[in-house]
Amino acid sequence: MIQYIIRRIFLAIPVLFGIMVVTFIIARSIPGEPCFVALGERATVEACDAFNKRMGLDQPILTQLMIYLKNVVRGDFGDSISDSRPVFTILTEKIPVTFELGLVALIFSIIIGIPAGVLSAVRRNSAVDITTMVGANIGVSMPVYWLGLMLAYVFALLLKDTPFWLPPSHRLTAGIFSTPFFETWGWSITEDTFGYSVLFFISNLYILNSIITWDLEVLFDAIKHLLLPAIALSTIPMAIIARITRSSMLEVLGLDYIRTARAKGLVERVVVLKHALANAFLPIVTIIGLQTGTLFAGAVLTETIFSLSGVGRSIFDAITGRDYPIIQGFTLVVAVGYVLVNLIVDISYAFIDPRIKLE
Amino acid sequence: MAASMEGLEIQPEISNNYKSDSLLRLAGRRFFRQRSALIGMIILGTLIFVAIFASQIAPYDPNQVLIDIEDITQRQDPCIHLLGCPKDQAQHIMGIDGNFRDEFSRVIHGTRVSLFIGFTTVGLAIVAGTLIGAVSGYAGGWVDNIIMRLMDVILAFPSFLLAIAIITVLGRGLQNALYAIAIVYTPQFARVVRASVLSVKEKEFVSASRALGAGSFRLLFIRILPNAIAPLIVTGTLGIASAILEAAALSFLGLGAQPPLSEWGTMLGTDRNQVFSAPHLVFYPGISIMITVLAFNLLGDGLRDALDPRLANKASK
Repeated sequence: MIQYIIRRIFLAIPVLFGIMVVTFIIARSIPGEPCFVALGERATVEACDAFNKRMGLDQPILTQLMIYLKNVVRGDFGDSISDSRPVFTILTEKIPVTFELGLVALIFSIIIGIPAGVLSAVRRNSAVDITTMVGANIGVSMPVYWLGLMLAYVFALLLKDTPFWLPPSHRLTAGIFSTPFFETWGWSITEDTFGYSVLFFISNLYILNSIITWDLEVLFDAIKHLLLPAIALSTIPMAIIARITRSSMLEVLGLDYIRTARAKGLVERVVVLKHALANAFLPIVTIIGLQTGTLFAGAVLTETIFSLSGVGRSIFDAITGRDYPIIQGFTLVVAVGYVLVNLIVDISYAFIDPRIKLE
Repeated sequence: MAASMEGLEIQPEISNNYKSDSLLRLAGRRFFRQRSALIGMIILGTLIFVAIFASQIAPYDPNQVLIDIEDITQRQDPCIHLLGCPKDQAQHIMGIDGNFRDEFSRVIHGTRVSLFIGFTTVGLAIVAGTLIGAVSGYAGGWVDNIIMRLMDVILAFPSFLLAIAIITVLGRGLQNALYAIAIVYTPQFARVVRASVLSVKEKEFVSASRALGAGSFRLLFIRILPNAIAPLIVTGTLGIASAILEAAALSFLGLGAQPPLSEWGTMLGTDRNQVFSAPHLVFYPGISIMITVLAFNLLGDGLRDALDPRLANKASK
């Protein structure tokens, strides 16, 4: 097993290397001088030369690539051109926003998608089945940003002054602040403390942070703000998960061992949930892994609509502002995350289905 | 692919019992038996009709500013005579947009743009993917390895992110958005074609053709590739659905089609900050995108079930 995992990780290395080269090429092919972005449109030639020298932009392109690869492996993504802070620091600020949003959306889509799929497979061609499948078809066809805007219109405007009102933007109401847990607990930590970025990362997951510090005001406020974007983001994955669950369940329910299970007098619930679902799980897990990509694409749009400053929105802003280090660092992190999730999915096959021999 | 080969092998048995049915007719019958595929077909037919006769259906020119012509206000709500809008007021069934243009005419003309985007991007991706996949599968060895690893790298990026990145390099605009989406979608077609080529290239009829003196070109394009058409049609139809969705999203972000072009994503993007005061300007373009994408999704699902007898049999069990 461990051998398999190690081998899979080694196999992922060429792909990761390819991703790094591609992000490098893309970032460098973007037209326009980064110097003008950092120093303003009227920067002098001398100032630009000095800037290029400082950022290493005067080196031959292959040397730049080598330096870049070496630095990335060491965890150094360089400094942002537009606000001159380390890309790594900015990442620890932005990733939690997207991570929280994506995770909640994924949880929504799983806890609704799988039961809906199971139910429509069991009651095939019933009203439940037809409604679910029509819903799923509409769900995959819906533009995320349109749904987001419509939800904002209904919940923030039409339902204003009702208990169902939900805020249409930002992570917290103005005036409410999330205090990092390490400050609440009085830990003496500065930015130079070892592991600060990890603690900072965790504290930036507002829901988790407010639960461990038991700050109910922030917790409810954060959840309220997260609901609309998470619902909007979850529709496509939810629809896809429901469809896959249904077809996978239908396939398994037609197998002989299910007939045997029924013949020996098992309750239908046990047959469906224990015997069938367990074996129908493989394609479902695969598709859940693949949804991370969809979630990310959706995050760019949802973050734009709901004014959340996460990874998706930052990449978009960096691209419009030609902030190379940010584009490289963020794209790299997203692509690597995507590869890792699918690696984890592959490895999890062995746990779900012991018959799969990992050789 | 293997599926339609199976179909070919089964065919003689069927022909003995019934009047000879071609594979195409069998697939056709399976296709029309499905309600959802039929619905998809009807919606798509309507959309194509609307796209062709857009100028006849739309009451106004999509870019005509109506401020001096009629008594209207900016972002005016829809006015439908049948639903009690005063008769002396000009009828605008989807309201007026931020530049005093008739929203309905713009939405109607948007059909053209969206269908054009869907067909051209996927068309480009199919051509590129077929060439790449065919060469890769037919050549095998290190050529295959290098090409497929390159495709893996493209697939390792979430497609929308890569499309955004490519547009940044190429520059904004509808044309570049089309190229970006085509590039991002190429690997999946390359994989489909490669798989088909691999599964067919060792079959006897290919060897027979080779023995008869057919060259590589003839073998590949006349003997092998036609076998990849069924999976390509299915992947292509479903690909059009996602391509339209992604192109609209790019335009929404301001990276694709630029105003004043009446593209649904652009229309939505321009008026998104007015969603609270003029929701109709967000609602109609969005629902149009949804209906169009839905049509291709339903059609693609139907085609998959029809062209892949393996799946169809399984579903009817």
